Amino acid sequence: MNLETLQTLLPFAAIEQKGNTYNLTVPGENLYEAASLLKKDGFDFLWDIIGMDYGDTLGVIYGLSSSAAPVVLLFLKTETSDKEAPKFDSVVDLWDSADLYEREVHDFFGICFANNPDMRRLFLRQDWRGFPLRKDYDANPELNPIPLGNENLADMETLPVLNIMNEDDKFEVHETVFDKSEYVVNFGPQHPATHGVLHLRVSLDGEIIRKMDPNFGYIHRGIEKMSEAYTYPQILHLTDRLDYLSGTINRHAVCLAVEKGLQMEVPERAHYIRTIIDELTRIASHLLGWGCMCMDMGSITAFVYGMRDREKIMDIFEETCGGRLMANYSVIGGVMADIPPNFQKKIKRFIPYMRKMLKEYHLLFTGNPIARGRMNGIGYLSREKAIALGATGPVGRASGWSNDTRKIEPYAAYAKAVFKEVLRSDGLTFDRYIIRLDEIEESLKILEQLTDNIPEGNYAAKTKAIIKLPEGEYFQRVEGARGEFCVYINSRGDKYPYRIKFRSPSMTLVNVLKAIVPGTKVADLIMLGGSLDYVIPCIDR
Amino acid sequence: MFHFKIVTDWIDEFLRTNLGEGWALLIEFILTGFAILALYAVLALILIWAERKVCAFFQCRLGPTRVGPWGLLQSVADMVKILLKEIIHLNHADLRLFRLASFLVIIASLCTFGAIPFDRGLHAVDFNMGVFYLLAISSLGVVGILLAGWSSNSKYTMIGAMRSGAQLISYELSCGLSLLTVVILSGTMQLSQIVEQQADGWFIFKGGVPAIIAFVIYLIAGHAETNRGPFDMPEAESELTAGYHTEYSGIQFGFFYLAEYMNMFIIAAIAATMFLGGWMPLHTPWEGVNTLMDYIPPVIWFFGKTFFCVFLALWVRWSFPRLRIDQLLKLEWKILMPISLLNILFMALWVLYL
Amino acid sequence: MEVKDIYIRNMKTEDFKENEYLEEYVRELRANGVNIVVAKLDDLINWGRSNSVWPLTFATSCCGIEFMSLGAARYDFARFGWEVTRNSPRQADVVFCCGTIVHKMAPVLKRLYDQMAEPKYVMAFGACAIGGGPFKSSYHTVMGVDQIIPVDVYIPGCPPRPDAMIYGMMQLARKIKMQEFFSLSKDPQLWDLIPTYIKELKLKARELVYLLTHPKLWDIEVVNFIIAIMEKKGGKQ
Repeated sequence: MNLETLQTLLPFAAIEQKGNTYNLTVPGENLYEAASLLKKDGFDFLWDIIGMDYGDTLGVIYGLSSSAAPVVLLFLKTETSDKEAPKFDSVVDLWDSADLYEREVHDFFGICFANNPDMRRLFLRQDWRGFPLRKDYDANPELNPIPLGNENLADMETLPVLNIMNEDDKFEVHETVFDKSEYVVNFGPQHPATHGVLHLRVSLDGEIIRKMDPNFGYIHRGIEKMSEAYTYPQILHLTDRLDYLSGTINRHAVCLAVEKGLQMEVPERAHYIRTIIDELTRIASHLLGWGCMCMDMGSITAFVYGMRDREKIMDIFEETCGGRLMANYSVIGGVMADIPPNFQKKIKRFIPYMRKMLKEYHLLFTGNPIARGRMNGIGYLSREKAIALGATGPVGRASGWSNDTRKIEPYAAYAKAVFKEVLRSDGLTFDRYIIRLDEIEESLKILEQLTDNIPEGNYAAKTKAIIKLPEGEYFQRVEGARGEFCVYINSRGDKYPYRIKFRSPSMTLVNVLKAIVPGTKVADLIMLGGSLDYVIPCIDR
Repeated sequence: MFHFKIVTDWIDEFLRTNLGEGWALLIEFILTGFAILALYAVLALILIWAERKVCAFFQCRLGPTRVGPWGLLQSVADMVKILLKEIIHLNHADLRLFRLASFLVIIASLCTFGAIPFDRGLHAVDFNMGVFYLLAISSLGVVGILLAGWSSNSKYTMIGAMRSGAQLISYELSCGLSLLTVVILSGTMQLSQIVEQQADGWFIFKGGVPAIIAFVIYLIAGHAETNRGPFDMPEAESELTAGYHTEYSGIQFGFFYLAEYMNMFIIAAIAATMFLGGWMPLHTPWEGVNTLMDYIPPVIWFFGKTFFCVFLALWVRWSFPRLRIDQLLKLEWKILMPISLLNILFMALWVLYL
Repeated sequence: MEVKDIYIRNMKTEDFKENEYLEEYVRELRANGVNIVVAKLDDLINWGRSNSVWPLTFATSCCGIEFMSLGAARYDFARFGWEVTRNSPRQADVVFCCGTIVHKMAPVLKRLYDQMAEPKYVMAFGACAIGGGPFKSSYHTVMGVDQIIPVDVYIPGCPPRPDAMIYGMMQLARKIKMQEFFSLSKDPQLWDLIPTYIKELKLKARELVYLLTHPKLWDIEVVNFIIAIMEKKGGKQ
């Protein structure tokens, strides 16, 4: 992949290259053509669609990558000056993951995507007034008071579609998700097995699931909009609350992005500490994920075991930074405080303990005939489908898609440690289950190698009191516990970002659930949800 | 050996001599009724406490400790609270059936409870068809569960009730067949007779291999009948919120709650009676041991065996994940039932030729 | 009889940081005096209720994880008898608002609260549930659950530690201990909130207890009763 081949492929595009990153700008009418050519050229992974309000124009940025050459990142940009009824062609038929992303952009910016079969709002209620991420959004609470009645079911079920890309006539087709004859059961928003407030509407035929329709937004807190009025150190606190189970990792990503923008030298010691904390977070998150999956299958004891061992990590966090769940540890330029004297000792005590406990987990649950029977042959996700849906992280790796950012683009101290990217090939529920336990083992290996070698020196670089990011776009991806977590910052040289976008690794996982669940039983729906291990506040942001 | 027969006989004689036949019977009926109700309630509270403690033990926790010594009064506090909790009347439910359902469940469980022989002379219902009575009356509970699910007018309860119906009716078969194996061995259906026959060795020892198979099958099928994990599909907490009793509140829910625990006790008690000798002490060929065993009162033997079976049930409940509904039915119809049918034949041959 | 001081077995009274509010309340109750039988029955009921608080599993975000920690091995709220988490709101006593409540969730939470059976309590768990927390400047956040449903106990923190949660639950237990089931509430606003059939039950129970505990009244009642019978007989003649 180089500049010349891209230019000959897309003669109408303006391309600029920066290392492994390509920025393509195409006119709105060529968008679909460009997208399909790129897809044919090997860019099979659409990791996010970022909506933009440039002030005078509205734009969309498609973040593309390729499973064959994951180092290459490609931003496909387009703009329209029509702010009243902005329209673009949908790319749903090229990448399955575009479905939710386009709905999100539609929700936040009011941009319609022609030919997308489902143009409902994604997070906000269907009767919400205004498009919150536009710069001219009226945030007057009287316009959108706290609703006291439930959402209109007809609104929730109707799928508005913009069918024809025609300048003159707006043609909307309304279809419904479910027929009148279907037996529809609500799972959520308040349900013990949805791991948060996800609302799944499921059409049943006896015990067999025919169709599933996820509803998001029950914990949509508008973090991206809020961040536009916050300084960078303030934003860091919100990132912990996105995917709270891998909070330190999210925070790490924002720190790295800002440091990249400031071209700041971060001390090696800080890199090591951050890496160790990230890996501890990953272990804690996987333990909880494992426990919740077991609980979803009815084994509450396994869940309590997972939580019990998670407490050991929480102890280390508490001693290091005072927080249990919200570590608030990384800051721009390093970490908040130096590690306590007991830090290494505690981790070294934790590693053999965790190895012993992993064996116990296998004894308790992995080998259990009922558990094996439940997971056997259910929820097949092929590698191609995983890439098309953008299912990064353990779920993608269980299908054989090598997508570990720690290997692709080693950040912090990952290059210093020797570890294996756990890959499995079957893509079944059992693979997604066992891969988490295997990843815990790999994380322990990383910890083992790094803990003793933390270099001496400063734990943080000096930063200015007011951090102003130079004008430009900054991007950083890290490997969260559930997949690739990306931060995109568009700065106009101010102390606030002009636009900040977080890629939620969990959002695509719900799409995976939607894809693999038809034909399985109700009990499998819950188990599959557990095996995908999504975190809802991360999706809703 | 102290038997409660002495006490009950004395009361009976006292009443008969002082009052007429009819009055004595009436008073005895009322007394028995009250005694059974009281025992039922007390046992349920003990079981709830025990489950919470045992569950905590499996999960490296402590369980209730604050209310009363070792948290013994925890379930009493729960009872006080649940008695005074509001009972919600649903708008779109079939109210008559909705109210009836919880009573049906508890009545079925109470009637079964009455047929359990606690000791010689401590036995409320002793038919010559005792085993049939047990099987018939204990399967009434499923009607209550189906009604509860249907009348609540909710989709969760409906799915829970349908699962429950499929599950209970299937596992009733294995339960019945494995009990019939014992009936073949003992040649009687009267529970008191069955216990008396185990004086020279419990059926699980006397019956050899087929009795052991029947015991294991009974434990599995009986456990499934109580709707508890890994067979807790009807209420599958993580799937159907609370299954068939999702819409019940207050004491109506309390009835379901009590019945669930008491069914566990009843299944364990039947297993103890039919296979482990009921209240009969452990008798071996050695005379010395037998006299020693006879010193332990039969009631303690009975409760000891029963709570051992209850503990087994709790052990399974807190360490296994839940089955899926198709696997559950497959286990019954393709594995347990054929085995029990063959086992009956095996037992018949065993009785004939050994 | 005097109203007893509120006492919780798990913790000394002076260890609680806020006692004034409850002490004031006790003083107020004492000023009015309570019937002995009623008070004893109330004590029993409150003992049961305060020791058996079944939470509803309701968590929207981060605080839910700390709630899970509370249920797990180290913090183990089973010790206090709170581990019977019910998934159906009909059977739960207390709803923990763990996490942010947003506009889309508000009607759902309201409905959930309405579905619960009396007596029901609400605990606002964490900064978001108390007042919007870190998301106060957002367009989609409800600034505290008390805008939608009444809250009994607020537990600050982001997220609060499980220890804080236990402290909050004990505060709730103390609050429950001050409740009166049989006696009539002096607060007219509270009285309006009670469902009618419970009101009737309470009034009847109160009458009965009052009658039973005032032997002087018995005579009048018995006399009245006898007179009534006599009159009936007389009428027949």
